[in-house]
Amino acid sequence: MRVLVTGASGMLGRATARALLERGDDVTVLQRRPSGLPCREVLGDVADRDAVDRAVRGQDAVLHLAAKVDVTGPWAEYVTANVEGTRSVVGACRAAGVGRLVYVSSPSVAHAGTALTGVGAGPADPDGARGRYSRSKAIAEREVLAADGPALAVLAVRPHLVWGPGDTQLVARIVERARTGRLPVIGSGAALIDTTYVDNAAAALVAAVDACGSVHGEALVVSNGEPRPVAEVIGRLCRAAGVPAPRRRVPFRAAWAAGAAVEGIWAVTGRRDVPPITRFLAEQLATAHWFDQRRTRTALGWEPHVTLEEGFARLASSYSAASDSAA
Amino acid sequence: MTAPDVAGSPPALPGLDPAWSRTLAVADATGTKHTWHVLDNGVTDPVGTLLCVHGNPTWSYLWRRLLAAAPPGWRVVAPDQLGMGWSDRLTAPRTLRQRVADLGDLTAALGVTGPVVTVGHDWGGVISLGWALEHRADLRGVVLCNTAVAMPEGDWGPVLIRAADAPGVRAAVTVGTPVFVRATTALSRPALPAEVRRAFASPYRSRARRRSVGDFVADIPFSPGHPSRAAQEAIAEGIRDLDVPALLLWGPRDPVFGERYLTDLRGRLPQARLHRYEGASHLLPEDAPQYAQAVAQWVTDLDAGRAAPDRPAGPADGAARRLWSALEERAGDDAAAVVEVGGTTVTWSGLAARVRHLAAGLAAAGVRPGHRVALLVEPSADLTASVYAVWRAGGVVVVADKGLGFAGMRRALRSAGVDAVIGSGKGLAAARLMGLPGLRIAAGRGSRGAAHTLDDLEVLGRSAPVPAEVPVDDDCAVLFTSGATGPAKGVVYTHRQAAAQTALVRSAYALTPADRLVAAFAPFAILGPALGIGSAVPDVDVTAPGSLTAAALADAAAAVGATVVFASPAALRRVAATAADLSAAQRQALAGVRLLMSAGAPVPASLLRSLRDVLPAADAHTPYGMTEVLPVADVSLAGIEAAGEGEGVCVGTPLPGVSVRVSPLSADGRADGPLTDSPGTTGEVCVRAAHVKDRYDALWALERATSRDAGWHRTGDVGHLDAEGRLWIEGRLQHVVTTAVGPVTPVGIEQRVERLEGVTSAAAVGVGPAGAQVVVVVVVPSHDRRRGRRPRLAGPDLTDAVRSAAGVDVAAVLTVPALPVDIRHQSKVDRAEVARRAARVLAGARS
Repeated sequence: MRVLVTGASGMLGRATARALLERGDDVTVLQRRPSGLPCREVLGDVADRDAVDRAVRGQDAVLHLAAKVDVTGPWAEYVTANVEGTRSVVGACRAAGVGRLVYVSSPSVAHAGTALTGVGAGPADPDGARGRYSRSKAIAEREVLAADGPALAVLAVRPHLVWGPGDTQLVARIVERARTGRLPVIGSGAALIDTTYVDNAAAALVAAVDACGSVHGEALVVSNGEPRPVAEVIGRLCRAAGVPAPRRRVPFRAAWAAGAAVEGIWAVTGRRDVPPITRFLAEQLATAHWFDQRRTRTALGWEPHVTLEEGFARLASSYSAASDSAA
Repeated sequence: MTAPDVAGSPPALPGLDPAWSRTLAVADATGTKHTWHVLDNGVTDPVGTLLCVHGNPTWSYLWRRLLAAAPPGWRVVAPDQLGMGWSDRLTAPRTLRQRVADLGDLTAALGVTGPVVTVGHDWGGVISLGWALEHRADLRGVVLCNTAVAMPEGDWGPVLIRAADAPGVRAAVTVGTPVFVRATTALSRPALPAEVRRAFASPYRSRARRRSVGDFVADIPFSPGHPSRAAQEAIAEGIRDLDVPALLLWGPRDPVFGERYLTDLRGRLPQARLHRYEGASHLLPEDAPQYAQAVAQWVTDLDAGRAAPDRPAGPADGAARRLWSALEERAGDDAAAVVEVGGTTVTWSGLAARVRHLAAGLAAAGVRPGHRVALLVEPSADLTASVYAVWRAGGVVVVADKGLGFAGMRRALRSAGVDAVIGSGKGLAAARLMGLPGLRIAAGRGSRGAAHTLDDLEVLGRSAPVPAEVPVDDDCAVLFTSGATGPAKGVVYTHRQAAAQTALVRSAYALTPADRLVAAFAPFAILGPALGIGSAVPDVDVTAPGSLTAAALADAAAAVGATVVFASPAALRRVAATAADLSAAQRQALAGVRLLMSAGAPVPASLLRSLRDVLPAADAHTPYGMTEVLPVADVSLAGIEAAGEGEGVCVGTPLPGVSVRVSPLSADGRADGPLTDSPGTTGEVCVRAAHVKDRYDALWALERATSRDAGWHRTGDVGHLDAEGRLWIEGRLQHVVTTAVGPVTPVGIEQRVERLEGVTSAAAVGVGPAGAQVVVVVVVPSHDRRRGRRPRLAGPDLTDAVRSAAGVDVAAVLTVPALPVDIRHQSKVDRAEVARRAARVLAGARS
């Protein structure tokens, strides 16, 4: 099968492209910087329709991961990357007669900040979603699912908190803050959260490419199906990286208020660096969000093969290999 | 808004399918045409029709769940009465007679033919019964919810409705303002959602649209000269000879139609089955939405010809031996039958004579066969004599466990509909506070309001004939024990079932007249005479099992020369802990005990082992069973040790004559699989035996659900049988965790975690929605001195240890200083409460 993967420079995009290559698919990747993957590559921005057209032409399926994932920056940048970028992918698929589009979304598109305990994939809600990233992804998911039809089967897949070796987003940030003692436990630390080991998320996306068509027009949350208290997840990530787990506690209200203040300062001063705390982050770290995986597993004919325990072990060996080679 | 006098269809409302709505014009007796709004599921060529009649001031919306739950092939028709709901408004009041006739005109126009089951609520009950009496050929059954057909003698009518009918009040309350309409839906318990209250009020938005609400109240015949009085009385008397099945569904918290109206209805419809939905109020179909499934089940059963379940015959002498047979056989025996430690000793001959006289005295005082007699007497010789005397007089003893607390006992005893109360001073005072009806008999000295004392009755009975024995299939007891969840359920036994139970206990434990029992467990204290063995009650508060010391147990054993001890695990724990205080003489008394029985909660083998020092000659046994059937199985300490570790608690092999099967669990945790005895299959434990209870009292729907496999009782426990035929209990059905990969039972996990170093006890519970739950283990660490009961995260080492021991995926490990347990046994963990607390913590902060 000929498959285009957009956004293959990120951890998940790269892992997914590799998984497709390994099983013998004819893979093309599209992103701004060279990926180093051994396959056909189109360099460009997803908002650039010409580049997208070039990459999409001749494909059987498109797996659209490219997005602006961030907590700062002006709203217009999110709209360009996430909303308009997705529109151009949909347009290109239609123009080229591609039959399947898998849109990689986020459970945060349906998370209004309250606890989500064992729920399915609720409808994307741009008005309720917290933060610019989530809101822009929600708008894009609504549009892309609305484009589902007989000519183009569309499936939205929402992997939840993907982590693994080589992760420069979640894991690296947590470990870096823990190393410098800037990572408190927010609230009781007991809120249950789902996470997804990167190989499982990649396998789910591959399964989604195959299932897209017989399953379409819906959103599916993907996770390891092993919710854990947030403090435990962070503690185990730190342990795997060889840094001490956070012990200092900050009440949720204080963290939320600090997040509000920080967001204000960042907005007024136009700072672009990663802020120490935001309201969205405080909520993410203090409220439960875990999901009913039954529909996902039936629809995709997929289940995770790497348990959390195995994932933490693999993360630990990647960190110790890194420190060995650094030594 | 619809014009005031024109019929229409309701707007979109929650739970209401617009396809059910229809309107049709029907001419009444005077030829005037009225347009009706009717909910009708439109089943053509139905196997039967449910004709549902609402009261005032509701409308057919009340029956929406019954339309949704209609049994296959049944048509459900629910009209809005004229002037009500979305039917035509009227220009004049309409009498009961007219309303009954109107309903007949409507059903004729709708083409409703038999069989018909009428369903009525509030004033719709009377109208539906009026229709029933005029259509007897078509009538298949009647269902009534919180209604009244007559003012019981001396009654002035429902107080709230009388208030609404008072001069000057009615017009203002019912018509001039929406107060009456709104107040009716405010009676609901639990409170109704706002959108449902709005739905009920929607047809009554203007004064003109409420006119009939006031007229309806005015048509209630409070006074003898009222124009509808004759029609109402004709219906009230007419239903006495209705020979169709009847079902009463009742909300006991109804401030409008209280207990007396239910009693009156049961008197007129003695064949009626009853289900009391504890906690529900006047708007029963709203407060107990599950009523719809109950009605559907009941009408389905009407023609299914559910045969009476065939039960095992039980012991050969089951019918011949009565509960008082041993008493009569030993009537000339001067050995001790009942010993109160530090109190009275009653001989067999004395007890036999006292029971005979008391029985005759009770009969002379008006206690008739079938009368229910509540016993509010502390365990004592008086209690024992009273129980056997009531049985001998043909009465039914009603016993509510003190562990229920005052409110629980009140609810239980009121639901049982007692005809008499025998009580100590405290007991009769409680009966007064509970508002129990019936004759009062004082145990001990006379008490205010008591018509008799036991002593008076005994004297009276010396010159009165001993009543004839009642048939063996008559009721003998209604037992209320403290359940783990929800209000206590009344469990009814017949004499045959109770006799089968005592016969089984006698044979299973090889009891002979030479045995003597110390019962430190209230229900067992009264069984001695039926078992034919002498018994002693230790000098402790039997409702506080933790107060029994080794010395108190030894003194009781010495008083009676005990060979058998029965005690709860909580009581035995204290006995083991106080063993050091025993004197040599006390040790000697305990050395004569050959059999130790403990039940009421899981009994750990370690506890039984620790008692070897106190009761060196005793063979330790733990019977397994419940209020509904006891005993089911039995295991000795040796048996527990031979069984070893497994998934759950091994309760041994079923006793002779008892069959055990399981109903396998589906993925969502329901026990709906066909009964099986295949080893290793986990499901709800189902029991068949001669001594299973006859039925639940006033809980028709529960009885139907738990006996749905004819002849088998569903226990609510979950477990499996092993290859050797032993039964293992894995928890309660409602505590099964329904994970995405299937059901998980708690007890096995808890046992494995409790074997860990540093763990005192553990509870495994589910968090999250049914079917997608995750397992959470809540642990009481051995060394945890912090205060507060809020669970917190366990440390990484404990977490890892619990995870590797559990055997299933555990989402979180929490610690608490203590687990919530039931008051009565102090050892059954309230897993539902544990789950609630865990879920709250694991949901995280509220933003």
